[in-house]
Amino acid sequence: MAINWFKYSAPSTFYELAGKLAPWFAWSSAILFVIGFYIGFFVAPTDATQGEAYRIMFIHVPASILSMFIYLIMAGYAALGLVFNTRLSSMMATALAPTGALFAFLSLWTGALWGKPMWGAWWVWDARLTSELILLFLYIGFIALHSSIDDPRRADRAAALLAIVGSVNVPIIYFSVKWWNTLHQGSTIKFTGTSMHAAMQQAMWSMVVACWLYAIAVVLTRVRSIILERERGTQWVSELEETK
Amino acid sequence: MTPRRKKTMYIIIGALAGLGMAVGLVLYALKNNVSLYFTPTQVFNKEAPQGRNFRIGGLVEAGSVQRDPDGLRVRFNITDTVRNMPVIYKGILPDLFKEGKGVVAEGKLEEDNVFHASEVLAKHDENYMPPEAKDALDKAAKAQAAAGAASAVPAPVAPAAPAANK
Repeated sequence: MAINWFKYSAPSTFYELAGKLAPWFAWSSAILFVIGFYIGFFVAPTDATQGEAYRIMFIHVPASILSMFIYLIMAGYAALGLVFNTRLSSMMATALAPTGALFAFLSLWTGALWGKPMWGAWWVWDARLTSELILLFLYIGFIALHSSIDDPRRADRAAALLAIVGSVNVPIIYFSVKWWNTLHQGSTIKFTGTSMHAAMQQAMWSMVVACWLYAIAVVLTRVRSIILERERGTQWVSELEETK
Repeated sequence: MTPRRKKTMYIIIGALAGLGMAVGLVLYALKNNVSLYFTPTQVFNKEAPQGRNFRIGGLVEAGSVQRDPDGLRVRFNITDTVRNMPVIYKGILPDLFKEGKGVVAEGKLEEDNVFHASEVLAKHDENYMPPEAKDALDKAAKAQAAAGAASAVPAPVAPAAPAANK
């Protein structure tokens, strides 16, 4: 059976698909959040060195992972939009930015809350923390640049350049703890294995997947609004039930 | 793919590769400035700034922590297992400050060759485990050390600089 992959690259068909998929992602995300919080608070054991405070990791780590991955996906969509001039790719990039910024902020905020009791400082200018802060600024810059240009197609192109250039920062964040002396500890999740107790891992991975599902649900919902806004002059939008 | 799209794609890939290399070279050149702290070996080799504040990091040498009975003053050695740096600090230490664990201290190397710290931060590692697992690991390490001590040569550790007694 041949699947027509390009069918859903048109905003009109994707609008419908996104509307059907979003609730599924939202509900499975809610269920996994409950599972993740339960394992995180009640099943995962106390840590030998950090006591109970390490549990903030169950939100800190997913937020950090997502903030980096979402940036790469956003830059990928932005590049697709720039090269192939596809409308939907640029709309996806625009829809991803606020969610990525939220996760970058959460990562920094929970990191500060974790750093004060463990390290003794809310903030240090080490390479990991600083590059993550730059990531948040890149997200904010992308959103600001996009909304400062009135013509959406020109805004797409300008913001896409910023997103592509900024993607250089993502490997720097990941490898910062390896390349330089930082206060932030090394990676727990490595390509060679994870140095964490099994129940702690279960909690963390549930939270990572829950955050992914949340991000997808929110981005699909947001892209629907963006599609409606930017395609408002077209016939298919005027024929929609919800716009009548 | 139309020629124009191909061209755009190559420009993007080329620009990204060039930018990546440029950023890489800049960061490599700024290596010491990007790092949060210097190791005792670097300080010994005079790579750390002289006469102004910097950070030094490593492990708190086991058995080196001395608390003054009169108050908050504490002395300890920071080690990278090659060189030691005596540190003096007056203030509250973070909870995770322990012998044999990671630490980063900010301060100044004074004339007496003692690092006078104004801030001490604890650095924890990336391993997470329940206390029972940690106990088991510690026991295994001790057993191995006891077995190895008979045959193996101990790791070379430079003698600590004499701590100034004021």
